[in-house]
Amino acid sequence: MNPIDNKSPAACSSEIDASLRVPLLALFGGAALWLVVGLVFGLLAGIKFHAPDFLGACPLMTYGRLAPAANDAVLYGFAIPAALGVILWILSRLSGMPVALPIVPVVAANIWNLGVLVGTVGILIGESTGYPWLEYPRAAAVLLFAAFLLIAVSAAATFGWRRQRELFPAHWFLFAALLWFPWIYSSANLFLTAVHVPRGMVQAVIDWWFGNNLLFVWLSLAGIGIAFYFLPKIGGRPLASSGYALFGFLTLMFFGSWVGIPVGAPVPAWLPTVSSVAAMLSIPAVIAIVIVGLRTACGAKAVCRGGPFCFMWFGLVSFFLGSILYLITGCPHFGHLVQFTWYGVGQTQLTLLGFFVMVVLGGIYEILSNTTGLELPFPKLGKAHFYLAMLGVLLYAVPLLIGGVEQGIRLQNPAVPFADANTAALLWLRISSTGQLLLILGSLLLALNIFVMTIKWKIALGKSLFAAVTAPLPVTEVKA
Amino acid sequence: MKTGIGVFIAAFAALGASWAGFVLAPALQLGGTKVTTVLNSTDAYPVQRPGEAALGLQVYRANGCAACHTQQVQQDGTSFEVVLTGAGKDPVSVSNLAAGLKLTGLTKEAADAAAKSLADAGGKTETHLSGTGADISRGWGSRHSVAVDFLYDAPVQPGSLRAGPDLTNIGARAADANWQLVHLYAPRAIVKDSTMPSFAYLFEVRPATGSAEALKLPAGFAAPAGSEVVPTPAAKQLAAYLLSLHADAPLYEAPYSQLAKP
Ligand code: HEC
Repeated sequence: MNPIDNKSPAACSSEIDASLRVPLLALFGGAALWLVVGLVFGLLAGIKFHAPDFLGACPLMTYGRLAPAANDAVLYGFAIPAALGVILWILSRLSGMPVALPIVPVVAANIWNLGVLVGTVGILIGESTGYPWLEYPRAAAVLLFAAFLLIAVSAAATFGWRRQRELFPAHWFLFAALLWFPWIYSSANLFLTAVHVPRGMVQAVIDWWFGNNLLFVWLSLAGIGIAFYFLPKIGGRPLASSGYALFGFLTLMFFGSWVGIPVGAPVPAWLPTVSSVAAMLSIPAVIAIVIVGLRTACGAKAVCRGGPFCFMWFGLVSFFLGSILYLITGCPHFGHLVQFTWYGVGQTQLTLLGFFVMVVLGGIYEILSNTTGLELPFPKLGKAHFYLAMLGVLLYAVPLLIGGVEQGIRLQNPAVPFADANTAALLWLRISSTGQLLLILGSLLLALNIFVMTIKWKIALGKSLFAAVTAPLPVTEVKA
Repeated sequence: MKTGIGVFIAAFAALGASWAGFVLAPALQLGGTKVTTVLNSTDAYPVQRPGEAALGLQVYRANGCAACHTQQVQQDGTSFEVVLTGAGKDPVSVSNLAAGLKLTGLTKEAADAAAKSLADAGGKTETHLSGTGADISRGWGSRHSVAVDFLYDAPVQPGSLRAGPDLTNIGARAADANWQLVHLYAPRAIVKDSTMPSFAYLFEVRPATGSAEALKLPAGFAAPAGSEVVPTPAAKQLAAYLLSLHADAPLYEAPYSQLAKP
């Protein structure tokens, strides 16, 4: 079946677009800014390996604070809210309905951005919780949770009042994503930032569970849901093999959610063992999903040339590589080798930036060239963004992956002094900083586009308000 | 997956199962972890970190030391060593026998066999057990880390990247608070090419008062003439925490160097 929405009456489509304009501007605008912030923080953190005293006198800019603030700004600042904007757009298009309660996502976007701001500042002033991927202090977590719920409510209402009854594979993935995040985020925060945190390594187990369910399962659900909508839409042909899609969807949820406890972790042995088995069982899910995506994309009539289709393509390939590189760390031997090395960082960035961010960017660029009233002022910059981002991701992630394996081999050999293993990694880190620089340039293009678009829209809005105010009053009102 | 409700139920079941398995069950199983005792002894393990050190954990958290340091020693396996402690009535033949046997790097069975043949010849032996693996060879610990090592910590800081050495036993390896403070103030004063950031902002440079707390810094890193570098309370707490990092007691679940029961 094909989620192409040209069946909906034209009047309705422009009505849909009108309802989405303000929510999307709010979500994409904040996200574009956080993407720049996160990538810049990441570059600053990376520079410290080449010049350890760089910005060293300022406690706000110490490596141990900048690095998590950078990761979280990309994940919570850009990836999640931007994806939510794209998801709202998809759900209202698929439903043939204007977005329900459009004021709700606008309010939510502001709460969300406030949450990210509080969280980022919190980390930088030393109020991080100390749990990877969950560093934002409690106040920020409450804001993010509330904002997500509001958007999920608006999405659910849009779906509930839909005019088109059909349910597409994209729907499955996106619904599951809308359920997944509030659950994992609230439960991890309730356990770990509560007054009585559980004792000892329970904390780490919960954090690993959360990290896996966010960075592997949630990103896959939301990212693939978005790709499964846009690949057929842009490519102009239906999604291939929905049987494979169903298989991938179910196995991803049922097995993927058990991955994440690293091999050899200092916890009861059954935990990492279960995770290793789950990792192996999740590989077929990844393969099935990629087959659906490739089959849909391959025969498509769409041209790539740096447009949204390119973003989707690259995202799909990164999804495959990033997920497989993640799941094979469940093999005890390989897992031990690369554990505690830059490999993990490279893999995470490949999944986050190479897969998820690319797919979401593809969605954003497609929306912003097809939504009346939300046209990009400089569409060519979008293409430049693709090439910069693609090269940036490759230069950022691949050296870390290779350098990580090399570092692992050296660390496993006690004859190699620790300092030597460390120095060898520095060369790879240098290349990856170049990649970060390209990513920043790309993100600036997006920010510029959205910024100018917002300004234009505000000017237009101001003009029409002005016209309304200064227009001669209708005779009837003058009398009254 | 024909209806929204069907999708919802499937997702609910999948996530609910993993939540029960990886959040609820560990909270019940591990949450009940109790203090144990050091192997073959009645000493309780672990002991609570002293007050300063417990505060220091929060300094460690706030400054993100775990971004570069792990606190988990990994172990590949174990190896046994048979040590001759007494030669009995016929020292010459026992030591000849011992010289011909492989006595280190043994499996449990081989160690028992070697011990038995020496005992048959009248010698007295002890069998020692030690962990093997790169971390242990690097001197980062004598055994792998276990859950109980982290019992009193919140937040636990196991770390995930070794951009710096493992710190599980740094309190045993560098047990001098002054060394720790100098290293935090100026890592490159101690390790020339260290990529560790300086935490000079945890110190105060003030006009010299001849305080006993002033750091003794090598040339090139010393404070300008007439002034001295003293640690802030946070730096002292952090150093106390580092000195308290010593998770190396042999345990039943992670034994080493103990007289193995025959
Ligand atoms: C950017 C990464 C990085 C960060 C952040 C970092 N370190 Fe380090 N650390 C290193 C490196 C690299 C070394 C090895 C070179 C050296 O001894 O200076 C090291 C060494 C150490 C050592 C000595 C270990 C040994 O075996 O000799 C201690 C103790 C230490 N760090 C404590 C800390 C503390 C405490 C913090 C947080 C306040 C911290 N480190 C933050 C990278 C880092």
